[in-house]
Formats: sequence, structure tokens, C-alpha cells
Amino acid sequence: MTGVVRTTGLLKRYGALTAVGGIDLDVRAGDRYGFLGANGSGKTTTIRMLLGLVHPTAGQVELLGTSRLPDALRSVGAVVEQPASYRHLSGRTNLRLLDAAGPGGDRRTRTARTDEALELVGLAGIDRRPVRDYSLGMRQRLGLAAALLRRPTLLVLDEPTNGLDPQGIREIRELLVRLNEGGTTIFLSSHLLSEVAALCTRVGVMDRGHLVLQDQLDALGGPTGRIEVRTPDRAKAAALLGRAVVTADGSRLLVAGHDPAGLNAELVRAGVRVEHLAVERHELEDVVLAAAGAAGDRTGAA
Amino acid sequence: MIAVELSKLYRRPRTWLSLLLLVSLPAVVAGFLATTDIAPRPGTGPAFLSAVLSNGALFPAAALAIVLPLFLPLAVAVVAGESIAGEAQDGTLRYLLTRPVGRTRLLLAKLVAVMAFTLTAVVLVAVTAHVLGTQLFDSAPLPSTSGTSLSTTESTWRTALAVVYVGWSMLGVAAVALFLSTLTDSPLAAALGAVALLVASTVLVGLEAAQSVRPYLPTRYWLAFIDLFRDPVLWRDLVRGAALQAVYVVVFLTAAWANFTTKDVAS
Repeated sequence: MTGVVRTTGLLKRYGALTAVGGIDLDVRAGDRYGFLGANGSGKTTTIRMLLGLVHPTAGQVELLGTSRLPDALRSVGAVVEQPASYRHLSGRTNLRLLDAAGPGGDRRTRTARTDEALELVGLAGIDRRPVRDYSLGMRQRLGLAAALLRRPTLLVLDEPTNGLDPQGIREIRELLVRLNEGGTTIFLSSHLLSEVAALCTRVGVMDRGHLVLQDQLDALGGPTGRIEVRTPDRAKAAALLGRAVVTADGSRLLVAGHDPAGLNAELVRAGVRVEHLAVERHELEDVVLAAAGAAGDRTGAA
Repeated sequence: MIAVELSKLYRRPRTWLSLLLLVSLPAVVAGFLATTDIAPRPGTGPAFLSAVLSNGALFPAAALAIVLPLFLPLAVAVVAGESIAGEAQDGTLRYLLTRPVGRTRLLLAKLVAVMAFTLTAVVLVAVTAHVLGTQLFDSAPLPSTSGTSLSTTESTWRTALAVVYVGWSMLGVAAVALFLSTLTDSPLAAALGAVALLVASTVLVGLEAAQSVRPYLPTRYWLAFIDLFRDPVLWRDLVRGAALQAVYVVVFLTAAWANFTTKDVAS
């Protein structure tokens, strides 16, 4: 099975407003999929349709190889928008209730399951305080613990590091990578590019209800066809390379070409001292903004 | 799922507070009656109250009549209105549904929890009223409202039937509030909507000009449980009341189910 999340022509209209305009998501087993988009671009509506909370106007959703959503959801853990719990009860009680509510929650192993989930998210030491006294970060962790109760094969997370401090963000990121290495596919929505860049292997970009980009992160961050060179002998290098130099300022040169090793050898042979030499890569941000911008023009013209 | 809903209901301090309030109103009334020995004149005030001074055994029925017009339906409307809308407002609804809990199952569990609350409330009122009545007032063989006297077993099963009837009447309120609860994300709006319907119904029941619709109003037969204490029992209004409530329950529960299973959960 390779298709963990697959949608075909997934469409949601609210009256005249098209929130999601027929998208084809393709998340594969083992992916850490980053679902990017500005607020209001249709990310959350899409996630709600994946989870059966919102009924699509048209199109199909296939989760974990089946279009029977209730079956698939047994193996899916989700945090949608804000985490939520019964505020007057403790975190542990909340997890126990949620565990008892769903299918597959054997009563005898309930304590073990909730303890394990709490341990995973770093909440093993919580006491009997009610959730209303928790910090936002603790609630976020509790929401994640609830999503992990059933050892899901797919984890759907909407802005999971919201409200966490920098250490917390790193901790959660490491947890997600660990889970992913254990075989859990991760589908994560965010409007923070840096977060997606730091965690994900594959990205989809939403813009005004359309999926404008969906690709492996490596492919997006591919070489630009230019090589960056830093040298104290700029004039000498520029003279040697001639028209291959695209721009030059200070000690920095951008040289057209695909062969950094060859370029380095050539420079050194000519007695140019090289401080730094690297292939220039596309910045994810530029790629995403370009894709979103193009889509904006397209809908504007239509 | 039903156990989960019951546990949520009974772990909520608000549940116990509303039960306490429900029980304390008749207790306050009993306290005043017992200390002053001034009962309402026959025919005025809540049903049975004029007779409880000499017959403490009548107090459970009197207590039901005291809480029936407003307190009891209010408490039931709040709990039933809270059921779906409360989860939606807290955001916990989406986590329950993605667990996944089937929508029909969730609605049924909520209904059972509301029914359990209603039954607890009515029984609690009747039991505390029985204790208060026998402690504070003279006990004599219970006279029926028709004048003949009822044996203890007679009065016990009649009181039990009254509890069931009042509970059943409240189920109509619960069904309306549950339906409204699936329409909105505000538990307050759902509860107030149901209460507004009851107030409107009460106004129309008292209105001579509205006679044509009176038999169909939800509150029309609520007080018919008084007929249980007549000798012989006057079944006509009781049966009509039970049947009318059944119609309300079926119609509004079906509407609640139809709406809840097809709606987009955007909260």
C-alpha cells in the first residue's frame, strides 16, 4: 500500500464560496507531508473532509487504502486546530474517557495505553490538576497524546507546535521524526514554512482552495544551476571565468554551471584562493511563494 | 459510549448543583410550611400543597408540582441543550467523531445520559420530599383528591407512577433541547430555545382563544399526574399526555438525528 491519503477532485462549496476547489492529494506511506498554505487557503476544511467532519460537495477521499472512513479512522490520530478537552477534568481522565469512547479500547489495557501516550509526549509526570490549569503547551501535548492513543499508522496534525516554546517545538519535532521512523505517516498542516522545511519530506501547497504544488521537498530545493564562490581574489577569478560570472559583489561571485568540483579545480589551478564554494539551491520559500503567486494570477484572470 | 457519557455527566459539578437546587426548592417550601403552619387555602398555590400539613405523604406529589412548571424543565433543557452544542463549543466534538465515534451512537449516548439525568432529578425530588414530608408533617392515611382514602401501597405506586409520568413529560423537553443542540454551537441558545418554547406553550395553554391548538401544546397535560391521586384514577388526560409527549419525542429526536448525521462539524 502506497497511498495513505488520496483524494480525487475533492471539492467543498459553502453556497457561492468555494472553500476547496477540487484537489488531488497524494500522501504516500512513510511520508512526512507538509500541508502549507496561508490562513483561509482551505487547509483546515480539507483536513476536516479527510476526517469525515465536513462532508465534501464532490470528490472522493481514500484513507489508508479504503474509502470507508469509519474503518480507516481507527488507525488515524488527529489534532485538528486547537487541542480540546474537558476542562474540569485532569489530563489523564480526559485520555481515559476518549479511549473508552472509541472502538478498540480494551478496558484492561487502558491504563497502560494512556500512560504510554503521556510518556511519549513528555507529560508522564502530570498530576490530578484539571486541564483548565494547563498551559497552552501542555494542552498541545495532551492533544498529541490523545492522537497517539491507538498507535496510529497515520497522524494528521493541524499546526501542532502552536503555543510551544522553542525547546518544546524541537522535542515534538524529534518525537514526530521518531514516530515516522517507526512507520507512522505524518500529515502536518502549517503556515510556517520553516517548520515544514525542518520536518517534512514532501510538501503540498494550498492557495485559495487549490493545490498549487505537490512534490518531494528534495526536488523543490534542487540546484539553481549556479555555484556560489567566495574568494579574496575576486578580480582574478572574474577575469578567469569571464561570462560565466552572473553577479559579483564583495568577495562573492555567482557562477553559472553545474560542476562545482571542476570549477574548484579550475580556480585553484589558476592560483585563485577559494574560501567557500557551494552549489546554490532553491529556497523553499521562493518556490512556494512563486507557486502561490502564479495561482493568484490564474484565479484573478479567470 | 453510554458509560462514557454518564461518567461525563456525573463528573460535572454543574449536574450536582442543579440537582441540589431542584431538591432545595421543595425543601424550602416544606420548611416554611412546617414552621408557620400556614398552608395555602385549598384551590390556591401549587397542587396538593394545601393538604400536606395534615398529610405528609402527599408531599412528594406536591414537590413534583412545585418544580414542574419551571425548575425541572429548565434543568433538563440545560443538560440536553448542552449535550451536543457543549461538545461543539469546547471543540471536543471533533475529537470524539474522529476517534471515531459514530454520530448516531453519540446522539443515542447523549439521549441516554439526558434520560438518566431526568430520572435522577425526578426520583431525587420525590425521595427527598417523601423524607421531608414524613418528618415534618403529620401523617394520616392519604386521602385521594376525590375524598376517599388511599392505602400506603396505593399511594406508593401512585407516587411512583407520577414520577414516571413527570419523567416522561420531561423527555419531550429533552428531545426539543437535543434537537436545538444539534443546530447550534451554543449550549445556551439551545437551552433557551427549548425554554422559550415551553413558556410560549404555557401562555397559550392559559389562553381561551387558543383553545383549538391547546391539546397539541407540549405543556398541556403536564399537570395531569394529579389525576393519579384521584379515586379511581382519571386516565384520560394521562394517556393523552403520554401519547402527546411520545409524538414530540419521536419528531424531535428524528429531526435531531437527521440534522446531526448530515451536518458539517466546523467547530
